[in-house]
Amino acid sequence: MNLEVCIGKLRLKNPVMTASGAFGYGEEYAEFIDLNRLGAVVVKGLSLTPKEGNPAPRIVETPSGMLNAIGLQNIGIERFIKEKIPFLKQFNTSVIVNFFGDSIEEYAMAAERLSCVDGIDGLEMNISCPNKQAGWGIFGTDPKVTHEVVSAVRKKTNLTLIVKLSPNVTDIALMAKVAEDAGADAVSLINTITGMAIDIQTRKPRLANIKGGLSGPAIRPIAVRMVYEVKQAVKIPVIGLGGIMNADDAIEFIIAGAAAVAVGTANFVNPMATIEILDGIAEYMKTHRIEDIGSLTGTVAPCS
Amino acid sequence: MEPFPGQFYMVKAGRGNDPLLRRAFSLFRRTSEGFQVMYRIKGRGTSLLREMKTEDTLEVLGPLGNGYPFPSDEQTPLVVAGGIGIASVFPFLHAHQGRAFVFYGARSGDEIFMLDELRGMGREIYISTDDGSLGTKGSIVDVLNNYLDSSRTDISRFILYACGPHPMLKAVSKVAASRGITAYISMEANMACGLGACLGCVVKTKTGYKRVCKEGPVFKSEEIVW
Repeated sequence: MNLEVCIGKLRLKNPVMTASGAFGYGEEYAEFIDLNRLGAVVVKGLSLTPKEGNPAPRIVETPSGMLNAIGLQNIGIERFIKEKIPFLKQFNTSVIVNFFGDSIEEYAMAAERLSCVDGIDGLEMNISCPNKQAGWGIFGTDPKVTHEVVSAVRKKTNLTLIVKLSPNVTDIALMAKVAEDAGADAVSLINTITGMAIDIQTRKPRLANIKGGLSGPAIRPIAVRMVYEVKQAVKIPVIGLGGIMNADDAIEFIIAGAAAVAVGTANFVNPMATIEILDGIAEYMKTHRIEDIGSLTGTVAPCS
Repeated sequence: MEPFPGQFYMVKAGRGNDPLLRRAFSLFRRTSEGFQVMYRIKGRGTSLLREMKTEDTLEVLGPLGNGYPFPSDEQTPLVVAGGIGIASVFPFLHAHQGRAFVFYGARSGDEIFMLDELRGMGREIYISTDDGSLGTKGSIVDVLNNYLDSSRTDISRFILYACGPHPMLKAVSKVAASRGITAYISMEANMACGLGACLGCVVKTKTGYKRVCKEGPVFKSEEIVW
């Protein structure tokens, strides 16, 4: 049985990755699971300089999901390289670093810095953060800006480059195509969906940041639909994520068009989720006599 | 792993995806078979817990976080609990039988729990309720202040421990600061993972945001930015 998948230049031993922001820098989960078994560890998003993050409350539970407004809190690229890479290097798994910037220049500088570090196997750029340069919106909702920022990063790195797409757009297939044209080796989708919750007794928003990103099973059907649409639009591999809680959910994404999947919120509920999902995928392949996981990708059957 | 007073557990209420996240509960009591938590029925998670029957199983992660540092032999612990916050300090009192002065406040007398056990564990017990139905009417922090005003003990021998609603902890912190007493307080926050990964449960401290689940839930009160 072959579980190996190729994402750009990366050969992942299996299609189960962690989702950025839901797995810390890997350390928190190492006492629960064997990180060596993962296809890839995608670490919490990093920026050139450390970020303090948003005031509390930062999270609130919603029906079958959660809203978060962590505010991209992170220790910064330099501290990550010094303090976390040595830990991650011990494991025989691909390390993919998620990063972001406040401006196109910052994205390019971050990519350049991360590209010369031993122990980093790939990059994932988060284009769902505020575009402080423009003063409004996020990088990932304007096709022109998306093209510009992805191109700028592509020029600075030879590592496998994954672009994490925002679902808060009208046409996600178009955004995927833009990323592909700008040089992305793969796209991952979906990031969280912007949401809001209000306490009706106090009329105050439940998050200090007012709005937050919705994740968890609540968003899964939207994510599956988007992966399906993007798969038709691009030739590069698609990494599917959004509310994957178990192997069945992961397989649904793979059938919809994902070459690999990422597990996010499920880690919070069950720290063993990634490994259980991996075992479940292998079990499914055995039952359905699937030799190569790649042959399952994008195999949605006709309705009639 | 042997739990330490002040540590907590992440409990999955219900089976499916709704409610999605585990709920954090302080260690309340060790038993011969395991441990107990105490909870107030507040929302869907705790309602589901109430529906459970004996012999039903629950998924539990823990013990997690840092508990209450123990007082030295020379110190006299003053333990302040508000409402359900009694659960968190209960194992501390159990570990320090006969040593602590206990200040326990609640909305009304029927929300004062474990009084007989507390009488057996604490050196002295002071009760207050918002409606005056049991003990002194009013805030437990006022009772604490009155106690400190009239105490003939050298103030430097006291050490405060507190768990309860945010305004109570803030008031205890103020008492501690104005009188120069060290206070350890157990903070509460919405949590997703309980393991330090999600960064959802932070509190603002003088040295930046800290995770309630990992650096806490017990903090020195002087660290917190209120």
